[in-house]
Amino acid sequence: MKITELFDRGEFVVSAEVGPPKGIHIDHLVEEAKTYLSGVHALNVTDNQSSVMRLGSLATCKVLKDAGLNPIYQLTCRDRNRIALQSDLLSAAMLGIENLLLLTGDHTRLGDHPQAKPVFDLDSVSLIHTAKLLESGVDLGGNPLVGQAPSFAKGAVVSPCSDSVDAQLTKMERKVAAGAEYFQTQAVFDPEKFIQFMERAKQFGKPVQLGIIIPKSAGMAKFMNDNVAGIHVPAALIAELKADKEKTKAGITGIEIAARIIKACKPYCQGVHIMALGWESKVPALLELAGI
Amino acid sequence: MLITKLKDKQSLLSLVSGKAFLIHCHGCMELSFPLEEAAAVQKELSGAGKVAGVMTADYICNPENLRLRLRAHMDEISQADMVLVFSCGVGVQTVASMLEEMKVCAACDTYPLPGFQGLTPLEHDCGQCGECYLNLTGGICPITACSKSLVNGQCGGAKNGMCEVDPTMECGWERIQRRLAALGRLDLLKSPTQIRNFAAGGEGTKETTTV
Repeated sequence: MKITELFDRGEFVVSAEVGPPKGIHIDHLVEEAKTYLSGVHALNVTDNQSSVMRLGSLATCKVLKDAGLNPIYQLTCRDRNRIALQSDLLSAAMLGIENLLLLTGDHTRLGDHPQAKPVFDLDSVSLIHTAKLLESGVDLGGNPLVGQAPSFAKGAVVSPCSDSVDAQLTKMERKVAAGAEYFQTQAVFDPEKFIQFMERAKQFGKPVQLGIIIPKSAGMAKFMNDNVAGIHVPAALIAELKADKEKTKAGITGIEIAARIIKACKPYCQGVHIMALGWESKVPALLELAGI
Repeated sequence: MLITKLKDKQSLLSLVSGKAFLIHCHGCMELSFPLEEAAAVQKELSGAGKVAGVMTADYICNPENLRLRLRAHMDEISQADMVLVFSCGVGVQTVASMLEEMKVCAACDTYPLPGFQGLTPLEHDCGQCGECYLNLTGGICPITACSKSLVNGQCGGAKNGMCEVDPTMECGWERIQRRLAALGRLDLLKSPTQIRNFAAGGEGTKETTTV
């Protein structure tokens, strides 16, 4: 089901993220998804996340769909030129995968194959444009498609707590102009910043899902502050994670923090996107505590 | 080596708002430059009363050289509404970096030509993409100032204003955003979706192999 239909119905749309394994055994991922994530509306499948080579996003989406889940196909411009991107979009449509999240992608230098050639033939904006073009029955080369044209829910990302928030809003506007229908955000740890961002972003009239990472430890929070663009964990939260190590280790502190952020931001957004990063089993408790 | 070609005449003339100060770089020995076409455009603009002054120099990519040359023309430049530069992409960027208050536009696209590279100082870099973006980006090249050579704006990888790929490099799109804000031209960031034409530049294309 298209995630945009849920937004249209006024639902508070909940999605979670799964990362395919580095290998061909996917049973564990599917079991976890069915056990812990069957309550969410849709499941993002990452595309060689952080430029680390893994099992493909499209194949994983198909397996999840066959298991009765609703996948969101993440597609980046890092590894494919415009021919491969369009071909994969057609493949997705043929397999009945309707939800897309279209991204530029991390640079190859940051991953586990830093020697790889970064492609970036298209970028997130031109990829959204291309998906929309395919929906009109024409490819980027101007050639007509044969038969029924594909139809997608075209999603994109934005980074509300980036220190270059003006540039992020500019990019968001370009994505909307190119055809983006909904947005998921980078992880938010500072509701105040997110609310300020949404005050400016609401003019675009597109649904936005708040990005959430359940913080696992003070070390993880500091690591993200130092290394992950667009993420800033305030000092007070780091102190909270430090205060009771056992409680933090059990995931209770992280769930409390994440639930608080969701509650504070909920009136300002149209959904939440949870990046559990291995803590998929904690998602049901988080949603319950957040009152979703 | 590289060659420059004038942008198509209509888009070139539409760039000029008010009076323009024209800078012609007659370049280096490595450069093939469309002298006659540039002269024709100058004549046309001049006939329409749109020229505030003209400067012809070589090696405008050399900052010291350019600074001295510009000094002699500052009066005329201050009378102009914009500066139109007939040079390779490095020359345009060097001019833009020295005239921060001015709208500086590129009149040419720059293409590579296989062979020995010129002795260009590397304060600015030109990707020789053959479809110059400097007019949309306030004179800062997104091809060379962005690690991913993005042409539709910033990715999510800037941290504290620096590029995630090379922490010693400022995010090119943040620089572009700042520059356009200072010029009052943030509207340029709402340009239609840009899609690169990789057949326009690069070795082995028709453009470069037939020259």
